[in-house]
Amino acid sequence: MADRLWVATRKGLFRIDRNKDTWRINPPSFLGDPVSYVLQDPRDGIVYAALDLGHFGVKLHRSSDAGAHWEEITTPAYPKTEPEEKGASLTLLWCLAAGIIDQPGQLWAGTIPGGLFRSDNRGDSWVLNNALWNLPERKEWQGGGYDEPGIHSICIDPQNGACITIGVSIGGVWHSHNGGESWQPRGNGLRAAYVPPELSKINHFQDAHAIRSAATDPDTLWCQHHNGIFVSKNGGEKWTELLNVAPSVFGFALAVHPHHPDTAWFVPAVKDETRVPVNARLVVNRTRDGGKTFESLSKGLPEKQCYDLVYRHGLDVDKTGLQLAMGSTTGNLWISENSGENWQEIATHLPPIYAVHFSE
Amino acid sequence: MARIVLTDHLNRFIDVQHFDVQGTTLQEILNAAFLKHPSLKSYVVDDQGNLRKHIMVFIDNMLLTDRENLSDIVQPSSEIYIMQALSGG
Repeated sequence: MADRLWVATRKGLFRIDRNKDTWRINPPSFLGDPVSYVLQDPRDGIVYAALDLGHFGVKLHRSSDAGAHWEEITTPAYPKTEPEEKGASLTLLWCLAAGIIDQPGQLWAGTIPGGLFRSDNRGDSWVLNNALWNLPERKEWQGGGYDEPGIHSICIDPQNGACITIGVSIGGVWHSHNGGESWQPRGNGLRAAYVPPELSKINHFQDAHAIRSAATDPDTLWCQHHNGIFVSKNGGEKWTELLNVAPSVFGFALAVHPHHPDTAWFVPAVKDETRVPVNARLVVNRTRDGGKTFESLSKGLPEKQCYDLVYRHGLDVDKTGLQLAMGSTTGNLWISENSGENWQEIATHLPPIYAVHFSE
Repeated sequence: MARIVLTDHLNRFIDVQHFDVQGTTLQEILNAAFLKHPSLKSYVVDDQGNLRKHIMVFIDNMLLTDRENLSDIVQPSSEIYIMQALSGG
């Protein structure tokens, strides 16, 4: 199992290391700065930290020694336009994804206000994916939570790095089979309850909160949507909604077992009006049969008076599929070493947690 | 030469507190400042070159008046403070 966890928070980046039977929380990097995302590239071990400096914009840092030293590197930037065109500007670096094993140094970045960027040199330079940015539908993407739309999920086929699926809040699901040269909508079967009924099936109105795939079966995709849970067995060609999932189908976080694509975890909450655990009791929902049935796991999690929300990058599973980490907006952090059956409280006073990421 | 003074918060990222540049408008002054200290640019302006929303600039103790075109006049003896607003933190 992974022995290291990165935790990106409102007030810095924490490295948490296994120390025999306990976990040690190291002093943070970037103390005081919001860290919107963290990625440790499994191919070369380099760690990337995306900062959201309130006054001074988005910044990106890189470390080749597990966070002992950091260097600021190029941040993705939107092309400069003529003043009258009101060009886009980077608001948030919302997610990062490493390319596949035979694409060393290739990274993808999902951003607000909706641009997808690629780097082929470990973040030394970035290029906006124009094919996606210039889609006519992109102009109808909407903000979901944030004021502007953003890409929060990037799923890359480990066997074919040219096959990429992304999730956009709010802009639907999009797939490229040619490394981003062209994009096709992949929202068939998704349903948006927050638009007029005649528009509810349109892909770019879908608010996919998170999209994840299994490393060993990229055709199985899971989606935690704003108003439901969906699964696809054919790479998003067709989604099936999973109904009657207790205690709620609303949520943000989602993790998929790397070797068993029918196993996935969700963190349910009361839907958008309140966004807190149902009955103030935190549970993790798990399915092991592709969504036919779900069980609510709660051993070690708060049973009452709990108002923690787990954001869409706040749940991760390691490469064994046994170990999970979960961090909340209230600064609580839990780890399970048995697939979610039992949870150990690791920290209770961290800053609000945006993302957790196991180092592999 | 006009003097640029940076907020202490920027000193965390850019290893300079103040420096002198030439220019007759704030836009010219900032362009000269970014030439002198390239790493400063992305902290002060966004991808389109617009002053970041939560940055304040004072010219001789007067808050700038033209955030859009940065046309405020700068004198050779001017002091320009680049500060962070209390919003946006």
